Amino acid sequence: MDMRVNIAGVEWKNPVTVASGTFGSGAEYADFVDLNQLGAVTTKGVANVPWEGNPTPRVAEVYGGMMNAIGLQNPGIDLFCERDIPFLRQYDTKIIVNVCGHAPEEYLEVVERLADEPIDMMEINISCPNVNAGFLAFGQDARHVEELTGQIKKIAKQPIIMKLTPNVTDITEIAKAAEAGGADAISLINTLTGMKIDVNRRTFAVANKTGGVSGPAVHPIAVRMVYQAAQAVRIPIIGMGGICTAEDALEFILAGASAVSVGTANFHNPRATLDVIEGIEAYMKKNGFESVKDMVGIVR
Amino acid sequence: MEKKKEQATVISQEMLADGIYSMWIRTEAAMQARPGQFISMYTTDASKLLPRPISICEIDKEGGCLRVVYRVTGEHTGTEQFSKLKAGDQIPVVGPLGNGFPYEKAEGRKVFLMGGGIGVPPILELAKQMTCEKKQIVVGYRDQQTFLKDEFEKNGCLYISTEDGSVGTKGNVMDAIRENELDADLIYACGPMPMLRAIKDYAEKNNIECYISLEERMACGIGACLACVCKSKEKDSHSNVNNKRICKDGPVFLSTEVEL
Repeated sequence: MDMRVNIAGVEWKNPVTVASGTFGSGAEYADFVDLNQLGAVTTKGVANVPWEGNPTPRVAEVYGGMMNAIGLQNPGIDLFCERDIPFLRQYDTKIIVNVCGHAPEEYLEVVERLADEPIDMMEINISCPNVNAGFLAFGQDARHVEELTGQIKKIAKQPIIMKLTPNVTDITEIAKAAEAGGADAISLINTLTGMKIDVNRRTFAVANKTGGVSGPAVHPIAVRMVYQAAQAVRIPIIGMGGICTAEDALEFILAGASAVSVGTANFHNPRATLDVIEGIEAYMKKNGFESVKDMVGIVR
Repeated sequence: MEKKKEQATVISQEMLADGIYSMWIRTEAAMQARPGQFISMYTTDASKLLPRPISICEIDKEGGCLRVVYRVTGEHTGTEQFSKLKAGDQIPVVGPLGNGFPYEKAEGRKVFLMGGGIGVPPILELAKQMTCEKKQIVVGYRDQQTFLKDEFEKNGCLYISTEDGSVGTKGNVMDAIRENELDADLIYACGPMPMLRAIKDYAEKNNIECYISLEERMACGIGACLACVCKSKEKDSHSNVNNKRICKDGPVFLSTEVEL
């Protein structure tokens, strides 16, 4: 059975990575999970300089999921390159560095800085709902997405994955814009903007007022969007949104994703990624699939 | 890969006061646990994904058991589900987590062990394991439901404050210190934020070494998600900003290294 997948020229040993922000740079989860077994590790977003993030409370539980407004706290690209990349390089897994910024110049600075680092891919976060300067708005505008993708492609030495927001009217427009700009792949969905009110304290459950909703509650929305995007573009898609089990992951693959990311489930089950990988293998065996590739997008 | 989510077994469960429950569980987490650490407890309700961080109240290493004393935060909550578990039931846990109180520092010193509300329970194991010159336990409650009082009396000099004045000093733990004219050269504290602010302030004005245990909404509980941060005075070496992770770098901090 062939679990390997090829995402924009990078071969992963299996189709499972983690959703950015749910796994740090892997160090904490390495106590629970053998990182060598993951197709790739996708790191928490990193910017050109350190970011403090939002005030607390930064998370709240919601029915069937959670809401977060961390605000992309990160140590900045210098410390990241010095500490986090060498840590991940100890493992036999692909490294996908998630890049965030407030403005195109900030993204470009990070992408340039990463060009000669031993990483395999970059994922560009143009979809965080929790950062005021608002690259959410940016990721919601097809013209901007195409332009930024083009600028990044000019200087990037690794394949580029554009991470899309679900907070748009038509996901296919944005997916096509990323493809037109030269993206090597797209990943979706980032979190859905939500709000929770604490009725006892009579205030917002997270200090940022709004937060990104994730977890199994959003899974059907994510599957729908991955399916739509798969009909609209030819570049590979990394599907994510509420994956807790192998079945959840397989829905994305059958809908057209070449790989998947496990996110919020890591908080519930630190070895969720491994359970998903094992479950996909078991499904393939049971249903006679020779290769993961043979399952991609077969439900039309 | 030395850590895992495991199925702990409930040994006993009882209600200590209105909404305050005590549960003993058999868990591998007991082997390594220190006073002031916590465990992540998970519900079996699939709609509630996040772990509940619950402080460790007592540790029985030989028996491989931990005691947690926790508050049920409302109807249909995860903690309400925990309160319904009976002896023999299973509960998924991860732990022990966090750093714990540096109780070794107490040797030969005059100490305050201060707890307030649902911050009282972790003070018990601390009191049991600590040796010091003078062990002064100062705990604050809302009313006469002074849970864990008998256990505290066996483990040090106990001073109680109650908000309604029904037991001990009327007011809070700081009022109890003043009324009893107590002093110390080392403080360990766990409780609500206003109490910790007052204690931090008192400790710094009087130049007393003080360790406070903080809490915050958590998601992963292991230091990866950066949900439960607090402000640190100096730039933190891990975060590279003035934030520390309560679940991983804490929950216990030297009072002078954090800003509340």
